[in-house]
Parts: sequence; structure tokens; C-alpha cells
Amino acid sequence: MFLSLFIISVVVAVLLAQVNKMTAKPIAAAKALKLENAIKEVVPEFDNNPVEEAYKMPAADGDSLLVYPAKKGDKVVGFAVNTYSNNGFSGNIQIMVGFDMEDKVVNYAVLSHAETPGLGSKMNEWFRDTTKPNQLVIGRNLSEGNLSVSKDGGQIDAITASTITSRAFLEAVNKAYVVYKGSDADTSATKLNNTDEKQKEEGGKSNE
Amino acid sequence: MKNKKRKEEKAMNNNLKVIVNGLIKENPTFVLLLGMCPTLATTSSAINGMSMGLATMFVLILSNFFISLLKNFIPDQVRIPAFIVIIAAFVTIVEMMMNAYVPALADSLGIFIPLIVVNCIVLGRAEAFASKNNVLASSLDGLGIGMGFTLALTLLGAVRELLGTGKVFSLSIYPENFGSLIFVLAPGAFIVLGYMIATFNKLQKK
Repeated sequence: MFLSLFIISVVVAVLLAQVNKMTAKPIAAAKALKLENAIKEVVPEFDNNPVEEAYKMPAADGDSLLVYPAKKGDKVVGFAVNTYSNNGFSGNIQIMVGFDMEDKVVNYAVLSHAETPGLGSKMNEWFRDTTKPNQLVIGRNLSEGNLSVSKDGGQIDAITASTITSRAFLEAVNKAYVVYKGSDADTSATKLNNTDEKQKEEGGKSNE
Repeated sequence: MKNKKRKEEKAMNNNLKVIVNGLIKENPTFVLLLGMCPTLATTSSAINGMSMGLATMFVLILSNFFISLLKNFIPDQVRIPAFIVIIAAFVTIVEMMMNAYVPALADSLGIFIPLIVVNCIVLGRAEAFASKNNVLASSLDGLGIGMGFTLALTLLGAVRELLGTGKVFSLSIYPENFGSLIFVLAPGAFIVLGYMIATFNKLQKK
């Protein structure tokens, strides 16, 4: 009785090990391709390998985000930041946000989310619709203050019926900016942090 | 010669019956009402429903095949754990394959692929059919039930997608603004499924 169950388990284990060996490479390749495409999508044209040059930057809440620098020749042309928010309507949202050297959002790519299909899942198109400037995140300059939804007194129109998702999305973008700013000038980090905070306060005031 | 042919024909008919049985008479979704969790959760669009159905069908055929093959080897007392181990193996294979070759689809189905392990259709067919019938019939039963499940999920997904977003298989039928979002959300799944079961029953009684 136990022997036959044992034999079945062993055979299955060997089989699974084989399949795992077979698919490990394609899975890794698919993941790398997805990451590469996301970076390509969100930063200006580059010719280095951002994945290899990626580094971790600490975020405010003790966590850290991955920053991918994009360079053309020796010149840094932009940064892609792999950021996230845990405040989505259905939990974690992962996005890749790209900034150029003037702190403008170049583009973004939603990496993974579990938002409601047809509502929150629209964030992939909503914030890049150039025909509707009020909901556009691309081209916003974050040095002018954090982004927030118009319902909270901000500048961005939230996705219809998905304010929670929109808030989480913008939170992730803001977080990416703060982290990327920290990585931009390591030497004057303290100074930058101060100005960041000032900007936040100013942003908050003007929002009210 | 004639007799042999007749026998073959009879066997063919029987095999066909097994398939049709899964499609209509014992349709897992509309008649047996098994596996409701993935049915309701993954059918927010036609393509998601169809791929969920196909993945389940793949697991069903293989698990039925192997369980039927091993039915004399597996002692009665441990048959449930043995079935689960076999089913879980194929589900894991499907999951790894999907992650490797169709990552976008694997992303959109998410947790529901690994959850095929606990889908009661698969274990139900192993217990009720594969452990009592020969290999060919069991495989065909897996095919039939799998097709029934795929058909039901595709239909459900198509109706929900059409009513919710005005599209079927991402092809626009009418403008999205006229869609009623509730059909893409959970309550819509229950409503559409209820009406579909009612329609199915009505058609079957005739």
C-alpha cells in the first residue's frame, strides 16, 4: 500500500524534475524579455544594458526598489524604476516608470496587478491617453510636486469607478520618483531629501 | 469479417457516446455543476475562459489516462492520495509549460492554473470513471468532459465579455460605453451562469 504510493511519488518527482530542467531556461528568458521590453518602453532610447547595471535604492518605508539606468554612450538619458504599491483594490501593483533627466515621466508599463478587469485594469491605457490631458501621467514633471487624483485635490483624473486603483498607481509613481531622485545625486543626498520634503509640503499646500 | 466490422462500429459508437456524454449529458458546468470556482473566476473574457478550459482538458486527459493505466497498481486505501499526486504532477507540468512558452496567458490566469489540482472535475472523473474503465474510454472521457468544460467556459466568457465590454475575443461588437460592467465582475458571473444553466436545462428537456 505505502510502497505503491511511494513508487508513484518517486516517478512523479523524477518527471517533474525533468520538466523543470527543460522549462527553467525558457521561463527565465521569458521573464528577462518582459523586463527588457518594459524598460525599453519607458525610457528614451539607450544603448547600454540597464538590467546589468541595475542597482537597488532604499525607499522610505525600509524597502528598496530596483533602478535601471539608461545610457546612450556615456551620457545617462533616463532611469527606469521598478516600483509598486500594496494599496491597489486587489493588493499589489507592480509598475515600471521611466523618467528622463528633467524629472518628467517618459512612460510607464504595468508589470503585474490583480485589479478588476474592465475597471482598475484600465490603468494600462488610462494614464497615457493623449487625447485626455486631465488623465495623462506621461509628461508630468514630478519636481513640481507629487501626483494625486483630482478627487483628493490633485491634477490627475482618476479612472472612472476605480479611484482606489488610481490612487495606488500614483502612489507607486511618486514612490519611484523619490527613490530615483535619491539615486540621481548620491553626494547631495541629504540636501535632495530636504528639497524633496519641501516640495512635498508645497505640493500638499497647493493641493488643498 | 462483417461481424468484426460491426463490433468495431459498436465500439466507435460507444466511444462517441463517451465524448458526447461529457459534452452534453454530463456537462461538468451545466449539469454536474462541478468546478464552479474557476468557472466563475476566470471567465471575465472569452479567451481566458477558453484557455482555462483547455488547460483543464489537458490535465483531465492525461490524468484519466494514467489513473486508468495504474488502476490495478493503486491499492484502494490510498487511491485518493495517489490520484492527487498524479493530477498535481500534470498541473505542475502545465503551469511550467505555460510560464515558459505563453507567459502572458499564464499571467492572466494566475493562481487558477495551480488550482486545477483541487478542481473537483478532475478528481471526480478519476474516481468515478477512470478507476473503473479501460485506458481508451478514460482518455476519451477526459476529452469529452474537457471539451464540455472548455465549451461552457468559453461561452460564459464570451457572453460576459459581450455584455460587459461589447467585445468577444477582443473583437469589438458594439461600443464599450454601452456595456454593463457588472457582467465582468463577480455578480455578473453568477447571473450569466444561472441563466445559462436554465437555458441548458430547457433545451435538454425538449
